Amino acid sequence: MSTRLAAGGRLVNRDRAVEFTFNGKRMRGFEGDTLASALLAGDQMLVGRSFKYHRPRGIVASGAEEPNGLVNLGKGSMFEPNARVTTTELFDGLTAGSQNHWPSLEFDVGAVNAKLSRFLPAGFYYKMFIHPRPLWKHVYEPFIRQSAGLGKAPKDRDGERYEHFYAHVDLLIIGGGVAGLVAAKAAIGSNLRVLVVEQTAAWGGRAPVDGAVIDGMSADEWVAQTVTELEAAENIELCTRLMGAGVYDHGYVLGYERIGDHRPGEGLPKHRLWRIRAGHILTATGAIERPLSFAGNDVPGVMLASAVRDYAVNFGVSVGDRTVVVTNNDDAYRTALVMKDAGLDVPAIIDARDGGAAALGAQAEAAGIRVLKGKGIAKVKGGKRVTGVTTCAMAGEGTPQEEIACDVVAMSGGWSPVVHLWSHCGGKLLWDADHAFFRPDPDRAPIGAQGEAFVSVAGSANGAMALADVVTDAAAQGVAAVKAAGGKAAKVTVKAEAEDAAAMAPVWMMPQGAKYELRAKMWLDYQNDVKVSDVQLAAQEGFESVEHTKRYTTLGMATDQGKLSNINGLAILSDALNQPIPQTGTTTFRPPYTPISMGAIAGEARDQIFQPLRKTPMHDWHDAHGAYWEPVGHWRRPYCFQQPGESVEDAVQREVKNTRERLGLLDASTLGKIIVKGPDAGKFLDMLYTNMMSTLKVGRCRYGLMCSENGFLMDDGVVARLSEDTFLCHTTSGGADHIHAHMEEWLQTEWWDWKVWVVNATEQFAQVAVVGPKARKVLQKLGGLDVGRDALPFMGWAEGEIAGIPARAFRISFSGELSYEIAVPASYGQAFWDKLIEAGAEFGVMPYGTEALHIMRAEKGFIMIGDETDGTVIPQDLGLNWAISKKKEDFIGKRGQERVHMTDPDRWKLVGLKTVDGSVLPDGAYAVGEGSNANGQRNVIGRVTSTYHSPTLERGIAMGLVKNGPDRMGARLEFPKVDGSSAHAEICDPVFYDREGEKQDV
Amino acid sequence: MLTLTCPYCGIAADETELSPGGQAHLTRFGPGASEEDFESYLFMRENPKGVHIERWRHSNGCGKWFHAARCTATLEVFGTYSAQTTEPPEELRKIISEKRPGWSWGASS
Amino acid sequence: MSEAVTALNGATYDGYVRVEDAGLCGMISLRGDLADAKVKKACKDVSGQGMPKPRMIAGGLDGGIGWMSPDEALVLVPYAEAPAAAARMEMALKSVHALVVEVSDARAVFTLRGEKVREVLAKVTPADIGALPVGELRRTRVAQVAGAIWLSDETTAHLICFRSVATYMFEVLSRSAMPGSEVR
Repeated sequence: MSTRLAAGGRLVNRDRAVEFTFNGKRMRGFEGDTLASALLAGDQMLVGRSFKYHRPRGIVASGAEEPNGLVNLGKGSMFEPNARVTTTELFDGLTAGSQNHWPSLEFDVGAVNAKLSRFLPAGFYYKMFIHPRPLWKHVYEPFIRQSAGLGKAPKDRDGERYEHFYAHVDLLIIGGGVAGLVAAKAAIGSNLRVLVVEQTAAWGGRAPVDGAVIDGMSADEWVAQTVTELEAAENIELCTRLMGAGVYDHGYVLGYERIGDHRPGEGLPKHRLWRIRAGHILTATGAIERPLSFAGNDVPGVMLASAVRDYAVNFGVSVGDRTVVVTNNDDAYRTALVMKDAGLDVPAIIDARDGGAAALGAQAEAAGIRVLKGKGIAKVKGGKRVTGVTTCAMAGEGTPQEEIACDVVAMSGGWSPVVHLWSHCGGKLLWDADHAFFRPDPDRAPIGAQGEAFVSVAGSANGAMALADVVTDAAAQGVAAVKAAGGKAAKVTVKAEAEDAAAMAPVWMMPQGAKYELRAKMWLDYQNDVKVSDVQLAAQEGFESVEHTKRYTTLGMATDQGKLSNINGLAILSDALNQPIPQTGTTTFRPPYTPISMGAIAGEARDQIFQPLRKTPMHDWHDAHGAYWEPVGHWRRPYCFQQPGESVEDAVQREVKNTRERLGLLDASTLGKIIVKGPDAGKFLDMLYTNMMSTLKVGRCRYGLMCSENGFLMDDGVVARLSEDTFLCHTTSGGADHIHAHMEEWLQTEWWDWKVWVVNATEQFAQVAVVGPKARKVLQKLGGLDVGRDALPFMGWAEGEIAGIPARAFRISFSGELSYEIAVPASYGQAFWDKLIEAGAEFGVMPYGTEALHIMRAEKGFIMIGDETDGTVIPQDLGLNWAISKKKEDFIGKRGQERVHMTDPDRWKLVGLKTVDGSVLPDGAYAVGEGSNANGQRNVIGRVTSTYHSPTLERGIAMGLVKNGPDRMGARLEFPKVDGSSAHAEICDPVFYDREGEKQDV
Repeated sequence: MLTLTCPYCGIAADETELSPGGQAHLTRFGPGASEEDFESYLFMRENPKGVHIERWRHSNGCGKWFHAARCTATLEVFGTYSAQTTEPPEELRKIISEKRPGWSWGASS
Repeated sequence: MSEAVTALNGATYDGYVRVEDAGLCGMISLRGDLADAKVKKACKDVSGQGMPKPRMIAGGLDGGIGWMSPDEALVLVPYAEAPAAAARMEMALKSVHALVVEVSDARAVFTLRGEKVREVLAKVTPADIGALPVGELRRTRVAQVAGAIWLSDETTAHLICFRSVATYMFEVLSRSAMPGSEVR
C-alpha cells in the first residue's frame, strides 16, 4: 500500500493539515502536497480508467507528463474537468472526482472492452464503423460518444475571473531548475530585462530530489541562495507557477500562470495568460523519464522511477512497501537507494544491461540491494494493483525465470529532453544515439525577425543529463543567451562533481524478442490504450509516416499529448519499418505544452466586455424608454421603442405612422461623418464616388455611391460641401471606419501627391433625424437657425444654433417626409434630444428605431447597403445609373463595371414586388422560373432583398433583384416558401410612396 | 505574431496593432485597360515561399500604410519602408539579395 | 455649458489603481505639415506649447500638443475654449494646406492614478508600457479598441479613446485595476 512516511517531504508542511475529498471520500494531506501526493498518502493509487478498454489506471508520474491522473475538480460555477492530479496543488476543501468510468471507479462495465481487446485493434473505429453508412449516425456514433470522453463539460457559467498580462523582456528563461537558475546568473547586472519562469511552485527542479551537491552545498541550499541572489538583481524577475505554454513567431511567448487555483475564495484571478515578447528565449525545461515497454506495464503501481523518488523525497510519501526497480540506465538506481533509505524494501533492481550500473550500482549493492543484470520483466502480476513481477532474460522471448513479489514497479527507460518549446516555432531536432533521445539541433534553431536564432536551450533540455554537464552547459548557454539578447554577460562559475556512470542502453521492448501475447500487453499510451502491438499492426498495414501512425492508432493524442509515449512509439514504428529512428522522425510539437484554460485565453473579454459595445450619446435614454436593441456592427441601435404592453411589430407600425403623420425622431449618430479637405478634395471625391462631387455647390448636399475597384457597390451616403475645399461625407453606420480607412489607403498608397486631408469626425457629433410633417414646426419652436423652406431648401445645409446649441442642419430625407438631420456636438446630444422631446410633445413626437427607418425607406424605394447589396451587386443592378457619372474618365470601380459579366443584360435588376394577396413575402425568398438546372433544382430568376408590412399602404411591400425585372412590369412571380406553399407577387416600380417626392420638398 | 517596425512613427508594432494589406507595388489599371491587365491587377497575387513584399497599415497606431519585405518561410523581416514609392529601395534590395541569393526585385514580381 | 456631458459623466473606480473619467477636454485634430512654421505657430497660439518631437506630447490636457503621426497633431485646450481655438487655428492656416477639426466630443479621456498604473495598462495593451517614457504618447490597441496613452508622471497615466466605447474602456480598466489581481 502507499502511505505517508513518518518523516521527510521537503515540499510539505506537516504542521498544516489540509482536508479534501476524492469521489466523496474525505481525505487528508498537508500544505505543499499535490493532489497526487495526497491521494497516494491515503493509499488511493487507482485514479481513473483508460479511454478505450476502461482499464484501471494509477498515477504514473509526478509532473506535467502524467497521463492517467485526470479528475473533475470543484462544483457548479467552479467546476473544472481534466485537472491533472500531479500538477494540482492541494488546498483545504478541494473536491475531486475521477473520470471516464461507469458506474464506479472500482467497478466499470466498460472494462469488458479489455477482454475484447484483440477485436479492438489499431484503427478499429475506422475499420468497423465505416459500413453500413447509416448506422454510423444513429448507432455507432451515439454509442461511442456515450462510452468515450474524458471529463465532463461544465454546465454552469464559469464563476472565476481571468486576465492577460503583456510583458516585454530582453531575455526570457523558461524553467527554474538548476539549469535555468545557473543560466540566469549570467544576466545579473547586465541591464537586460530578464524574466525567469517556473511552472511549479518550487525552484530547483529535480536536483534536490537527486541529492545533488552544487558548489559544495546541498542542492536545496544552493537553490535558495541562488534564488535570493537573482531576486536581488533589479533587472531580473522570477515567477513560479508560470508555465511557458507556447513559443511563437518573433519572440512571442504565451505564459500560463496559476494564481487562484490553490487559493480559491480569495478573490484572485484563477489564471493569468502572459503574452510575452522576448528578445531571446532560453528554454531550460529539463527532461522527462520514459516508461519501459513490458507486459503489464499499465497496472496501477507501475510508475516512473523518478516519480517514485519524488513522492518519497518531496512529499514524504511511500508509494509502496516493496519496490522493484527496472531500468536501462544508472539514474533509476537512485530510486532504489531512496526507498531503501526510507526503510522500505527493495527486492531487486532489474537492469536490462549486462554490465549494470557504475558508481550507483556499487552503492546499491553496498546497501544490500540485489541487482539482476541483463534481465527484464516478462510480466507484471496484479489487476488493480501490482502484486509482483516475473523476470526473464532481456535477450530472450520472455521465458519466465523468477517471480518477485512487490507492490510497486519503478521503471526507467531513459530520459527525453523536453524539446517542445524549442520545436513550437520551427526548431529542429537531432537524434543522439548515445543517449537514445532527440535533442535540439543548435544549427537549426527557430528564426526570429532579424534572421537570428531566437531560442536556445540549456541543461537537460539540451541533452546534458549528468548534473556536472548540466551546470557547465547552462553556464555557457546563459552567457550566450545574454549576449544574443544584446547584453553583457556576467561570468558564471558553478561546479558540480562529475559522477562515474555507465552508458544507458536503448530498450524499446522488454524482453527484446517478446512474443505477441506479451507485446499485446505492453502499453505505450496509457490514456488512449495504444500498445506496442497496435503500432506494429499499423506499420504492417502500411502506415509508414509517423504522423499517419499517430492518427491511426491515436498514439500520443490523449491529453498528455504523448509526453511519455511518443519516443517509445516511434522507436517501435522504426523497428517495425526496419529503419533508423531519425528517419522516422517525430510528430509535430504544437503549443500549448500542457492544456491551458479557455478562461485564460478569453482573459477579460467576457460578459459585458466580451466585445466593445459602441453607444451613442443618447444610448441611456433609449434604454430607459423601451429600446429593443439591434446590433449594427459594434453599435447598439434601437430597433424600435416598445411602449408598455406593445409587441415589437406593433411598435414598429406605430412609429412609421406617427412619423409620416406627425413627428418622429431617429438617433442617427452612428452615421459616418468624414471631413475631406484640400485643393484636390473635389478631384479625390470624384474618384471615390461614382457620381460627380466636384461640381457640388457650397451649402448643398448630394447623394453618392462608392464602389470597390471590382465595381461592386460598397457604401452610400450624402455628401455636403462645407466650403470651396472642404466636404463632409456621410457613410453608412457600419461603414464609417472602413470608408475612412479606404480613403486613407488611396491617399497614402496611390495618390500620395494629391493635396487632401481626411479626418473621421463620426463621433464628434450626435445626429438626430427630425422627421415628419411637424419637423419644421418643432425646430422653429426651439428657435435659432432659420429652417424655413427658402433659408434651408431641400438638399441644402445650414449652420447655426438651435435652442442655444451649436448645430448643423441637413435637409435630407431617407423617409420621404419633411426631414432635417441635425448634428450637434456629441456632448450636447442628450440635451438636444431632451429639448426635442419636450418641445415636440405638442406635435405628437415619438422616437423611432431602425425598423421604422427601413420600412419608410423601402416605401420610398431607397436601397439599403447590406440589404439590396451583398458585395456582388453593382449600382446598375439597382437602377442607380443616374448616380453614375458618364462624364468622368475614371472612378474607383468604373473599369470593373465594364467587365463582361457586369454588362450582361441578363443580370438580376431591382424591382418592386407586390404580393397578390397583400401578404408579406418571406425575406430572402427566391423566385422560380421555367425548367430546372443540372441538379434537378428549379431554376431561379430572382430573390427578395427587402420585405416589410407597410403601415402606410397597409400591405406587404418588397424589393428584389429579378432577371430582366424592369422589362417585365406587371409580371407575376412565384416564390416557394419553406412550408411547401408559394407566394405570388407582381413586379412593380420600387417606389411605393410619394413617387413625385412632394412630401419631402415642402 | 509578427512585430513590424512602422517607418513613420518608429514603433515596433505588435501584429495586433497592424492590418495586413496584401502584395505591394501593384500597378493600378483603370478604364481603357485590357481584360488581362485588369484581371491581373484585381486578382493575380504572388504566393511565394520566400521573399514577399507586402503592405501593412499601422491601424492601431499612427494610421500609416507602409511596406514590409519579409520571408514567408522563416518570417525574417528584411526591412520596412515608405508606402509612397513604387518599388523597394535599392539598399533594401541589396540586403535581401545578400540574404537570399538568387532573389532580385522584379524577377519574381 | 452645463448641458454638455461626457459619456461617463464623471464615473470613477477605486481599485488598486484609481480610474477616473477625466471630464470634458478640448481637443483639436490637425492634419498638415507639422514642420510648417505657420502650423507650429497656430498650434502654439492656442495651446501654449511648441510642436513636440515625434511620438511625444508637450504640455497636458489644459494646454498641450500630442504628436499623432507625421502629419497629424492633437491640440489640447480647455473644453470651453475649443470651438474658438479651432476657429482661430483655421483662420491662421487659411493659406496653408491643413485641416483643423474640433474633436473634443468624439473622445473619452481617462486618468489613472496609482503606483501601479503601468501594470494595470499592461494587462490590456500590447505596447511596452513598462518602457514608455513619461511624456511619450503611445497610440496602440487597448483590449479590443484603439487608444492613446501617456504618463504625465510615474503614477499618473492618461488615456484617450473614442467616445462610443467609453463604457467599454471604463469596464476594461476597472477590471484590470481590481484588487487581488496585482501582478507584482
